[in-house]
Amino acid sequence: MSISQMRHAPRFASTLAKSHRMLACWLGRAYGWHMGTGQLRSVRSTAVRSSVMLHAAMAVTGLIMILFLLAHMYGNLKVFEGQQGFDGYAAYLREIGQPLLPHAGALWILRVILLASVLLHIFSAFVLWHRSRHATAGKGGWRYETTRNRRGVQRSYASFTMRWGGVVIGLFVIYHLLHLSVNAIAPGGASASPYQRMVNGFEIWWVVLSYVIALIALGFHLRHGIWSAFASLGANKSVAGRRFLNQLATIVALLILVGFLVPPLVIFAGWVS
Amino acid sequence: MEQLFTVGEPIQDAKAPAGPLQDQWEARRFGAKLINPANRRKLSVIMVGTGLAGASAAATLGEAGYHVKSFCYQDSPRRAHSIAAQGGINAAKNYRNDGDSIRRLFYDTVKGGDYRSRESNVYRLAEVSSSIIDQCVAQGVPFARDYGGLLDTRSFGGVQVSRTFYARGQTGQQLLLGAYQALERQVNAGTVEVNTRHEMLELIVINGKARGVVVRDLVSGTLETHLADAVVLATGGYSNVYYLSTNAMGCNTSATWRAHRKGALFANPCFTQIHPTCIPVSGEHQSKLTLMSESLRNDGRIWVPVKAGDTRAPGDIPAAERDYYLERQYPAFGNLVPRDVASRAAKNQCDSGHGVGPGGRGVYLDLADAIARLGRDAIEEKYGNLLDMYQKITDEDPYRVPMRIYPAVHYTMGGLWVDYDLESSIPGLFVIGEANYSDHGANRLGASALMQGLADGYFILPNTINDYLAKNPVAAADSSHPEAVKALDTVRGRLERFLSINGSRTVDSFHKELGAIVWEYCGMERNAEGLEHAVGLIRALKEEFWTDVKVTGVNEELNQTLERAGRVGDFFELAELMCIDALHRAESCGSHFRTESQTDDGEALRDDAEFAYVAAWEFTGEDSPPRLRKENLEYHNVELAQRSYK
Amino acid sequence: MNITVRIWRQHDRAAAGRMVSYGVDGISPDMSFLEMLDVLNDQLTAVGDDPVAFDHDCREGICGMCSLVINGIAHGPEALTTTCQLYMRHFNDGDTIDVEPWRSQAFPILRDLVVDRSAMDRIIQAGGYISAPTGSAPDAAATLVPKKDADRAFDAAVCIGCGACIAACPNGSGMLFTGAKANHLGVLPQGQTERHERALAMVNQHDAEGFGGCTQIGECTAVCPVGIPLDMISFLNADVLSALPRKQD
Ligand SMILES: Cc1cc2nc3c(=O)[nH]c(=O)nc-3n(C[C@H](O)[C@H](O)[C@H](O)COP(=O)(O)OP(=O)(O)OC[C@H]3O[C@@H](n4cnc5c(N)ncnc54)[C@H](O)[C@@H]3O)c2cc1C
Ligand code: HEM
Ligand code: HEM
Ligand code: SF4
Ligand code: F3S
Ligand code: FES
Repeated sequence: MSISQMRHAPRFASTLAKSHRMLACWLGRAYGWHMGTGQLRSVRSTAVRSSVMLHAAMAVTGLIMILFLLAHMYGNLKVFEGQQGFDGYAAYLREIGQPLLPHAGALWILRVILLASVLLHIFSAFVLWHRSRHATAGKGGWRYETTRNRRGVQRSYASFTMRWGGVVIGLFVIYHLLHLSVNAIAPGGASASPYQRMVNGFEIWWVVLSYVIALIALGFHLRHGIWSAFASLGANKSVAGRRFLNQLATIVALLILVGFLVPPLVIFAGWVS
Repeated sequence: MEQLFTVGEPIQDAKAPAGPLQDQWEARRFGAKLINPANRRKLSVIMVGTGLAGASAAATLGEAGYHVKSFCYQDSPRRAHSIAAQGGINAAKNYRNDGDSIRRLFYDTVKGGDYRSRESNVYRLAEVSSSIIDQCVAQGVPFARDYGGLLDTRSFGGVQVSRTFYARGQTGQQLLLGAYQALERQVNAGTVEVNTRHEMLELIVINGKARGVVVRDLVSGTLETHLADAVVLATGGYSNVYYLSTNAMGCNTSATWRAHRKGALFANPCFTQIHPTCIPVSGEHQSKLTLMSESLRNDGRIWVPVKAGDTRAPGDIPAAERDYYLERQYPAFGNLVPRDVASRAAKNQCDSGHGVGPGGRGVYLDLADAIARLGRDAIEEKYGNLLDMYQKITDEDPYRVPMRIYPAVHYTMGGLWVDYDLESSIPGLFVIGEANYSDHGANRLGASALMQGLADGYFILPNTINDYLAKNPVAAADSSHPEAVKALDTVRGRLERFLSINGSRTVDSFHKELGAIVWEYCGMERNAEGLEHAVGLIRALKEEFWTDVKVTGVNEELNQTLERAGRVGDFFELAELMCIDALHRAESCGSHFRTESQTDDGEALRDDAEFAYVAAWEFTGEDSPPRLRKENLEYHNVELAQRSYK
Repeated sequence: MNITVRIWRQHDRAAAGRMVSYGVDGISPDMSFLEMLDVLNDQLTAVGDDPVAFDHDCREGICGMCSLVINGIAHGPEALTTTCQLYMRHFNDGDTIDVEPWRSQAFPILRDLVVDRSAMDRIIQAGGYISAPTGSAPDAAATLVPKKDADRAFDAAVCIGCGACIAACPNGSGMLFTGAKANHLGVLPQGQTERHERALAMVNQHDAEGFGGCTQIGECTAVCPVGIPLDMISFLNADVLSALPRKQD
């Protein structure tokens, strides 16, 4: 804690008031630098809450999630090895690290990292969303009266659907977990075998459709997200760099999109059963 | 005609220290009284203007510990007109080892100014020029560099050494950003307070000393009085009196003219520089003219068709039928003759029917040879942004078709008279940058306005104002002081008058008409008959202005028409003085070409016996003729010679 | 040419605004966009209406004062062009053109098309400079600057501070402007000492002014009249990230 903070922080402020202030400052409307609220913070502790840092957090967590997705995609493709191969893989995941770690220990560690990433990603997304709404009177890129050139000169579909696309993905993940992981909703019939659950589900057209929609949303999110993540972390260094990162993003996004689309479509088509 | 002016006492002392030139500035600084840093905090300075001169001075005074209140009419100090300067800034660094030195820069400037500037000031300018480059580089000004990482230079009109430092075609922008950043650094440090969108409309003089200003907040219309221990004007030039000029739309004389009316002498108002390389006027509607940096003359060749009235496309005119008239007439300097010479030569070509483009008001500036010699890339690297600008405006590609250029008003050598300390005839009123009558005599060499603005702001004023403040303690005064109240009332009365006329003509229509008169009679060529005629026309138009102008809206709002009305009102008064000044100076010198005074081959003929003086004019009242006060110029270090660039 | 303009009219900061249509006749294709507005203003004055307030000064694309969103695009349809350098020849007879001010919470509208951009000055105040007190400078030739760095600094330094990037950014972010300054000073040897503190201070002020964060959409660079490249933002991000773990210099 910096000296100035100590001087300014009310010693017996209620936890409530404090947390409210914390929230307000995260949301970042008017925390004090020059103009501020009377609470002068050091340059660094202010910068930790800056949009630049929040974007860096989104980028790092986003990249972690992408690594997970790549692995997950690889796992899903085991569907071609049939029920044994697939379920064996699911079981194998739970055995990693044994006997050093308890059953499913490594998996849980990964889950915690993943969960933390998701939460931080979503938290940052909402703080930044709030800030940019505030910066544009709540209207974002649609703040001009004119109806011409609503998409500007170079905005892409992917870039301006990041937030709602993210929400779609978030909702999808919940639905997906209930469906294939926790086994709480079971269209087509519940089963102890993940493979069976999958096959049961993906034989129904609307389940497949819901996955396809979510995956397209994910594809868009990643198409812009990957490029943006590297740029947010400072990797965009030149015009050529910008081109390269964008190509990389397209390739990875397509890879993930296609890799995930294959199992449900193949099952639906009845090639695997 | 009634008597247009009277003659008063000559100015006795310009306060230049005695002794050899090279010791004077040292002597002046040593003679200056100092103020202890703790006491500086208690002293305040008003700085009107945030161009190169104003921003650099405010930053430096702030650093020294004074409390500075700075004003500009734009929405940010960074937008001052200095931003538009293109070509470069001179300094006697001699990095090229081509024979440059302080003495040569001094000599070139005095000669370029056609021997109408003060030796001591010009020498000092040359002396500090090299510190300017050091200062700017330290601030991060990205001057052009060669592959070895060293600073690059180029040559400019009127000189034969390469001493002009540049930053592509945006030298003024980069220098101003350096000064602006230094200024904002002081804002952060709490020493300088910047008031943007504030226009100075009156000077407050208390007990004979300049103590404050009345400004109008251009957003709310509120009139404010600000008082301080000294006032500095850095408000730039008045080329906009011509309506069409290369200056920014808001450039005005209001600050200097108001100070003139309060007693500051106005020197050499008729010395206005016509720049040879501007984009020609394209039509009625035109609101301003655009300069194409004179640095283009380094690589571009100027020509017209040999045959008068030749309407062939430039590409169809064979080399033999082109007249590279500058190279022909001035073999020693060729396309690099000084501006006044180049401008008049272009005018003569057009007058004799050789002009090209619409209305025959243009000559070609042709880069073809340079492109062939150096390659398109090299030309693009040097002038890219200028050529893009040309293309945007004219819709012609300068890489393929020669550019068309014509002279336009660009810079004013005249301005408030100042002594060696840059102090005007009102004690405590300092004037720096283009706003003072400055070091350029009757003609300014390219790339030396930036030099002068920064020399004044960074190095000269901070030393001399120090001395003034140390020796002139003043009693505190606030806005209730009778003089402050009076000044505020004057301003209010004038604004109310504008708003109450409710006539039928727009402010701009008056401005255009005034500009046309001044351009016609007090432009590139002047003569007694025309000037007398012009005075009559100006007076009549002024009369009409004050009875028939239409200013909409009210004062208590953002009212751009009202702003312009005030500026044009002052231009009327200045325009009259310009014509009177031009009329009384019956010689040709520098930018001021009197048809009655020329040599047999049509070159300007100076009259040193009669006119080797600065004409400083005193305001004597609304309807009484101005009084001429001469500052005689003595040259001990250069020999007065007829300028020749042949 | 005869055209119709729909212009945002708003009396002052507190007033409500709306789009109003005006016909302007007799426009020549060689007029600049602002000269077309001059003609409109003459028309309005003649009938005793308040002329449209708009910012402009140099009218040659360098001061950064002009600022209009024309048909939804900051500085209008031509790439690499300020409003004042936009010519009517890029429009057609009979067109209807929408004209609006820069919109950003950090840029309050003062009147009609005039906005307050002082937030950008405060970002510079926070750290957008090199501390070089007058008189303290070493000889200019003492520091060699590789041409590559000098050119890069220059590419960043040409920012005219117009704010179009902010007007166009869907997030209302000022990162291109801020990044350009951080870059200009940050690649030069003279700017190294303060490089990290500068990046932090400017970014903090950027946020405190209420500008949004950058999600790398690139609309800013597309409308920027001087073509400040997008990588300026990434450069600033990198500086901030590497500054955080350092102790204050
Ligand atoms: C297109 C062009 C190109 C040029 N190129 C070069 C070049 O290459 N080399 C060179 O040496 N010179 C060049 N010049 C000349 C040079 O740019 C100017 O002479 C110089 O910049 C003037 O600087 P300044 O600080 O005196 O005034 P300015 O930069 O004009 O600043 C005036 C300041 O005063 C303020 N102000 C004015 N009136 C008022 C008022 N009434 N109230 C409050 N504030 C007021 C303004 O807001 C502004 O901040 C060029 C000029 C032009 C027009
Ligand atoms: C599997 C899930 C997700 C992955 C892999 C992912 C990935 C990414 C990545 C890599 C970025 C770029 C980060 C940056 O530019 O700095 C990003 C940005 C973003 N994400 Fe996600 N995200 C996921 C889920 C979500 C969810 C659930 C939301 C919303 C609630 C969301 C909202 C956003 C937003 C708003 C951005 C834009 C910020 C930006 O571009 O920087 N994301 N995402
Ligand atoms: C068609 C595509 C997909 C299929 C077939 C699929 C299949 C599965 C299956 C079978 C499981 C359960 C694994 C087990 O319990 O061992 C699972 C878990 C999971 N899936 Fe998917 N999935 C798909 C797409 C996605 C997408 C797009 C995301 C994220 C955006 C995602 C995120 C998860 C998560 C977070 C888990 C929980 C992992 C855990 O148990 O820790 N899945 N998936
Ligand atoms: S980055 Fe471009 S758009 Fe933004 S302020 Fe600078 S010049 Fe204007
Ligand atoms: S448009 Fe906005 S989101 Fe970033 S890349 Fe430009 S600032
Ligand atoms: S008016 Fe100066 S940039 Fe447009």
